[in-house]
Amino acid sequence: MQKVTRDILVNKAKELLANGTVDRVYGWKKGEFAYDVTPALFKSEKELDEFVFGDFCGANVSKYLVAESKKAGGKILVFLKPCDTYSLNQLTTEHRVDREKIYAVGIPCEGMLTGSALKDKVDSVLSVETEGDTVKVETLYDGVKTFPASDLLPDRCRNCKSKKHVTYDELIGEDGEVLDSGRFDEVEKLEKMTPDERFAFWQGELSRCIRCNACRDVCPACTCEKCVFDNPKSGLENKAAADSFEEKMFHIIRAFHVAGRCTDCGECSRVCPQHIPLHLLNRKFIKDMNTFYGEYQAGEVVGNRPPVVNYTKEDIEPSEAVKRGE
Amino acid sequence: MRKIAKSALDSLFAAMSESKKVYLPVDGEGGARYQLWTEGTVLSEAVNTVRSAKDFFFPQTENLVEFKMEGKKLDVIDVRRETEDFVIFGVRACDVRSFDILDRVFLGAPVDTYYKNRREHGVIVSLACNKPAETCFCQTFGIDASAPAGDIVCHMTDDTLFLDAKTEKGEKLLATLEGVTEPCADSAADEQKALIRSRLDKLPLKGLTADKFGGDKTKEFFNDPAWASLSESCLGCGTCTFVCPTCQCYDIKDFKTADGVRRFRCWDSCMYSEFTKMSAGQPRLTQKERFRQRFMHKLVYYPANNEGIFGCVGCGRCLAKCPIQMNIVKVMKKLGEGGDKND
Amino acid sequence: MSVTNEEYRPLIVAFCCNWCSYAGADLAGNNRLAYPADVKIIRVPCSCRVNPAFILRAFQRGADGVIICGCHPGDCHYTSGNYYTRRRMALLFSMLDYLGIEKERTRVEWVSAAEGAKFAATMNDFCKTVAALGENKRLEDLRCKK
Repeated sequence: MQKVTRDILVNKAKELLANGTVDRVYGWKKGEFAYDVTPALFKSEKELDEFVFGDFCGANVSKYLVAESKKAGGKILVFLKPCDTYSLNQLTTEHRVDREKIYAVGIPCEGMLTGSALKDKVDSVLSVETEGDTVKVETLYDGVKTFPASDLLPDRCRNCKSKKHVTYDELIGEDGEVLDSGRFDEVEKLEKMTPDERFAFWQGELSRCIRCNACRDVCPACTCEKCVFDNPKSGLENKAAADSFEEKMFHIIRAFHVAGRCTDCGECSRVCPQHIPLHLLNRKFIKDMNTFYGEYQAGEVVGNRPPVVNYTKEDIEPSEAVKRGE
Repeated sequence: MRKIAKSALDSLFAAMSESKKVYLPVDGEGGARYQLWTEGTVLSEAVNTVRSAKDFFFPQTENLVEFKMEGKKLDVIDVRRETEDFVIFGVRACDVRSFDILDRVFLGAPVDTYYKNRREHGVIVSLACNKPAETCFCQTFGIDASAPAGDIVCHMTDDTLFLDAKTEKGEKLLATLEGVTEPCADSAADEQKALIRSRLDKLPLKGLTADKFGGDKTKEFFNDPAWASLSESCLGCGTCTFVCPTCQCYDIKDFKTADGVRRFRCWDSCMYSEFTKMSAGQPRLTQKERFRQRFMHKLVYYPANNEGIFGCVGCGRCLAKCPIQMNIVKVMKKLGEGGDKND
Repeated sequence: MSVTNEEYRPLIVAFCCNWCSYAGADLAGNNRLAYPADVKIIRVPCSCRVNPAFILRAFQRGADGVIICGCHPGDCHYTSGNYYTRRRMALLFSMLDYLGIEKERTRVEWVSAAEGAKFAATMNDFCKTVAALGENKRLEDLRCKK
């Protein structure tokens, strides 16, 4: 699937390490299986032997730059997919990363598979190979199975919002365009349901939450030093949802706190061990902001002011906002 | 040993349900999970549930006691729920072993009576894994997935379920099922066992060993520089600890209810920044130390206190669920190969 | 509004801006305008002080309806606070609706210090609306129920 190969990236990394442009590289390290790729830091040419790049390198590494760019030393090389560049821009806007210390190389992306989505469809995966848009999965008990890639891609890739890199120091391959995606279709489907149906849907989804906080911890917009949900003094702290209210509380506040800053990278849904479609909460906010206050894409431009910290005198009244569609 | 046709499983569960609540893995959104059996519930074919079976004995949240004030009088109310007898059907070999590991923690002095109560009421019906997954490595810890422990041990072939009672509790339950099952030779499931064993031999993680770890290895591993690189990308979320069948850390908290205070406990995770926070602060300041704690606990500290038994059962849940795909197998391999000490 | 003992009495939390709506409530009182005692007023320095978490907490702690009252847009004591309230609450209410929670349980009203009558009328109307909905079940915390 991916058009760039590992070797192109490793050669680029070696070149930049050798000429002193950067002194470390954030990339991905090989795992035990085809799909368990771990984001990792590489500090030397030798360490790059373990560098991998492939169809499972979906982790958005821009969040690691928050901590990494604060450390002493030279520039950090990162390879960013188009959607990751939006996150980097947003972090730059919020002064959470030191952009000067980052050397971003934009790489094209054909959509990234995820281990969990794959394992939903296939048991006991031994190896995975992709040829064009066909994914061949070798299994322990059912031989080789083939799938069209679109069957295995997560929602965020099937409804990719942009193949354009909004920030980079260098580009490998050609830049793409902002796409006209159907990313709000699912949200609209929910909006069309009756309140009872919507309540039942979300109650079902959120009741599976185990409060592992993975959605929060992976989110490039969630960069508070101390989250209210971890802080015993906040009055909101909870380690486990002791009542179904707390599940809703956590997810409403989580999504609200990143409203206007969420770039819709979809990491929250990728990491959820219980497959809760968390991005549908974030997308609701994005869709509402687009409808109420005009099109806005977080991370598109450095320095943009998110709608929630802005206003016009003619804004829609809350009572009108909930009446739409009636 | 007794047997029942696979097509008649419903009658088996119905017969069990007459005396006890029966929980079994059921497919649903996001994977299999334990559910109460009711007419029409279908047993999942998945190799294991997303959440482990420890929930039955050590639930994520549990009320311990309630305090109520009336004037100057303080009432302390035991809110323990009377537990009814229940059966967990289809527990895999790894999860059955996890109960032993939890027992050593909760049933050792001082005994956790909440846990003990539930443990006594539960009957474990285990089911051998016909199709162990690529993430399975229970063999590393001496668990034989073809012959799990449990009160009743089951083997499933394409058309038959074999049930073998191993304990008094199991025999009692099996006796109540005589109407729906029929007797068979003790060797009836041997063919299935052999098939499973041959499959276990072919698993990709078959060669993984824990020989290098154990209770006396604190000094050897504690200061290994490899912890820094292994934990580099750890997000500090609690996924691994919450899907783990053996993680047993919890926190006790108070909640102000409408008319009093409720003291409850909930799972806690050593990966969290607030874990075991005291007035002097957090003893493990960075993610490196928190990360190290989790794996040292499983591979060194737990065996040190429990006759060399490891605190991991190789169920592979963390391998499947970690958001960044860092897990105990990678840690064992890296440290087992000498870590970063040679660099 | 005449309310008998048998009738269901909703619990309403009203966040009132110190400069307008809270003074409006005072005026309603001075003018002997009746509004239900079910309304519990929480005074805030500005309507934009109301964090979405406050609203959820109110529901958790037993509120059946939450109303936020601030100065009329353009009249904020701090020039722009209520503009932010307006955006924030529009998004929050829309999200609550998206989760299937009755949208009639939340409301934002602009009430100035001179509008004692509007304050009383708003509260009467809101109480009636929430009473018709009945108890808050969808955002309740069972531990907080007697």
